[in-house]
Amino acid sequence: MDAVVRFRAAVCLLGRFPALAGVDLDVAAGEIVLLQGPNGAGKTTLLRACAGLVPVTEGQAGVLGVDLVADRRPVRPLVGLLGHSTGLYDDLTVVENVRFWSRAGRSQRADADAALARLGLDGRLASVPVARLSAGQRRRTALAVLVARRPRLWLLDEPHAALDQDGRDLVDGLMVDAVAAGATVLFASHELDRAEAVAHRSVTVAGGTVNGLLAGAGQEVPVA
Amino acid sequence: MPDLAADSMLRGSMLRDAAMVVGKDLRLEWRSRVTLSQILPFALLVLILFAFALDPDRRILEEATPGLFWLAVLFSMLLAIQRAYAVETADGVIDALRLSDLDPAGIFLGKAAGIGLHLLVLEVVLFVGVTVLYGATPHGGLLVVATMLLATTGLAAAGSLYGVLAAGLRVRDTLLPILMLPVVAPVLIAGTEAFSAAYANASGDGWKWCGLLAAFSVLYLAIGIFAFEPLLEES
Repeated sequence: MDAVVRFRAAVCLLGRFPALAGVDLDVAAGEIVLLQGPNGAGKTTLLRACAGLVPVTEGQAGVLGVDLVADRRPVRPLVGLLGHSTGLYDDLTVVENVRFWSRAGRSQRADADAALARLGLDGRLASVPVARLSAGQRRRTALAVLVARRPRLWLLDEPHAALDQDGRDLVDGLMVDAVAAGATVLFASHELDRAEAVAHRSVTVAGGTVNGLLAGAGQEVPVA
Repeated sequence: MPDLAADSMLRGSMLRDAAMVVGKDLRLEWRSRVTLSQILPFALLVLILFAFALDPDRRILEEATPGLFWLAVLFSMLLAIQRAYAVETADGVIDALRLSDLDPAGIFLGKAAGIGLHLLVLEVVLFVGVTVLYGATPHGGLLVVATMLLATTGLAAAGSLYGVLAAGLRVRDTLLPILMLPVVAPVLIAGTEAFSAAYANASGDGWKWCGLLAAFSVLYLAIGIFAFEPLLEES
């Protein structure tokens, strides 16, 4: 299988601090890979590096065929990142936010409307300004933006956070659907029971280092 | 021919993205009313305070009207720029902008257009304000309009550029005036001189200052189109 993510001895510096100090990671097309590890281990930085938001200063790093060391910008329109923040405009409504960002990602209005329906945001909530939403509803709206953009690589940082039981089930379903549609998912979570149930395999991030190579290329870490 | 077609597509994409961004910014203003409810009253307050300071000598107030008008515009501009970029730095929006397919030059033009439209509204209200409060009446209407349009374009372009430069900094609110005010000093000088000519019924003298304003605008529009992407990267 083609590697969607391929990191070798990758180093990321945040200022002078090595947030990633040697990452070896392969993620094959169609995989759902869980990143686990303690707070401050480097999971968020790894996801941001995959999105081309953090520079890889040493080693090799490729995502969807883009060499992140040479130029990380071309990968950005190809990936979707759900981070700790939502990336939404407080004074725009749910539907306005989803339509704006999906249009900014060159998606069609129909994609935005379908995403709103998929996330259960096409009713009363659609016309509510984001500032008036609960944390979980904001999270759903951010997920709707992600779904509407239909990225080839989903990068999710604690995607279950702030969501109720239905929302968490919905996130798991979205990941499975994304992979069925040809995408790949890399996500970080502390909710291991739920996350391991949906992931194909898990990789541990510790002290800014990762050893997550596919079988045949090094050590594989199977899901328990 | 393929190069021409590519250039045309690039321009189309840039202008379409600019229209998207300015449309979004106007919608944000319509919802939040920050310009109407906060920046506009601030601008009028500045005019009134100038009047309190100089009122005993009405002649000085009338003579100083062009300079006081543009000073009030510059102070209000700082608030408009801070507001324009506050919405882009809240809750990870700047990352979403970087991850989007929007042309950075289009984002720059859209932000500049949004700031410019807000400034134009402010200038019209301030113009009515100085006419009513200071009793100053210009004679060269065309020169006044041209000066406002050119100065606004330059201020909006420079403001959009320096706004994104300061956006990623924790001290952006205090740093922006220090960065911006020296840069826009030529606009203050040229705007004041052009308005002075209009108020003195000597429009001919004012048009050369419009040339300076036009050059300033073109310069900052060009810098912004090419430099916005690396600045967005660093913010």
